[in-house]
Amino acid sequence: MKPPPRLSFRRTSDFAIEGQLMTSTLSAPTGTDEPLTIGGRSFRSRLMVGTGKYRDHGVMTRAIKASGAEIVTVAVRRVDLDRTKEEGMLHHLSTDDYFLLANTAGCYTADEAVRHARLAREAGFNEFIKLEVIGDRETLLPDTEGLLSAARILVKEGFAVLAYTNDDLVTALRLEDAGCAAVMPLASPIGSGLGLLNPYGIRTIKRRLSVPVIVDAGVGTASDACLTMEQGVDGILMNTALAEASDPVAMATAMRWAVEAGRLAFLAGRMPRREVAMPSSPTGGMLR
Amino acid sequence: MNDIEIVLNGEPRLVPGPSTVAGLLQHLSLDPWAVVVELNRQIVRRAQLEQTPLASGDSVELVHFVGGG
Repeated sequence: MKPPPRLSFRRTSDFAIEGQLMTSTLSAPTGTDEPLTIGGRSFRSRLMVGTGKYRDHGVMTRAIKASGAEIVTVAVRRVDLDRTKEEGMLHHLSTDDYFLLANTAGCYTADEAVRHARLAREAGFNEFIKLEVIGDRETLLPDTEGLLSAARILVKEGFAVLAYTNDDLVTALRLEDAGCAAVMPLASPIGSGLGLLNPYGIRTIKRRLSVPVIVDAGVGTASDACLTMEQGVDGILMNTALAEASDPVAMATAMRWAVEAGRLAFLAGRMPRREVAMPSSPTGGMLR
Repeated sequence: MNDIEIVLNGEPRLVPGPSTVAGLLQHLSLDPWAVVVELNRQIVRRAQLEQTPLASGDSVELVHFVGGG
């Protein structure tokens, strides 16, 4: 296991939960963790969020702001020439405020995914692509063969590839070998909200890979996010957990702190698990 | 000026001709900075929009970013 970045606790009050911490405007503790670096770019937030399925754009922009995320995902789709559906996302999100991460969601072959990635890059924001090649319509689980072949092509073309994959170590290792900038194993299927189904698998991928490991998909609520970050991964990407919450802005705030809490707990190093109790109070000095 | 028939986002469509890709975007009131154009499966870079002619039978895809996860 790689040693976690060294913590520099100045005072315990650095992490004290004070009243103001409950507001979403206070920034997380700084100077205690390394920034998240993907493809040569550094980010402060370890939470990335999607922009799909919100009931309206106002709720979406407020939720994204509350999440503290810097990386925001978007999909590439045909322009609706009848203008009856939504306008492009660029009408609602300022690219000065957010780093746009285009995805290849909905692609079922390597060719389709490569085509979408090239179109996304041509939009002119960055060379990052969240690569998805889906293999099954019911579970939306990845087609790892198509994923690897698309990843190799895109890496060769200079993309920073963030590959959405399953919780399989061998595929993750191959994606790293292919030159992916980050590997994104799922917590559970896309949009399922089932939480972290295979903590061991995710931990193992994190332990064995050198590139950042971002858990993508399946997180349902704050405890899922916290538990996921406690495995030592570098970040989490979520969408439905916010968009389908009754109050997306409140859930985004909760997720922001859950990701921070899970990260800090990981860095702090948890106590050992024991099968028997160990008293917290002195055993001596009892009245007899 | 004769209309030309192209396939636009998968649907046959008559547009004024002769034209360029830039002319098509203007006809559709689309901001060239907000869309990416593919002509017969080849991406047309923004700098080339004005010089790229549009011919009858061409297949054009116009894409942009929408909400997604």
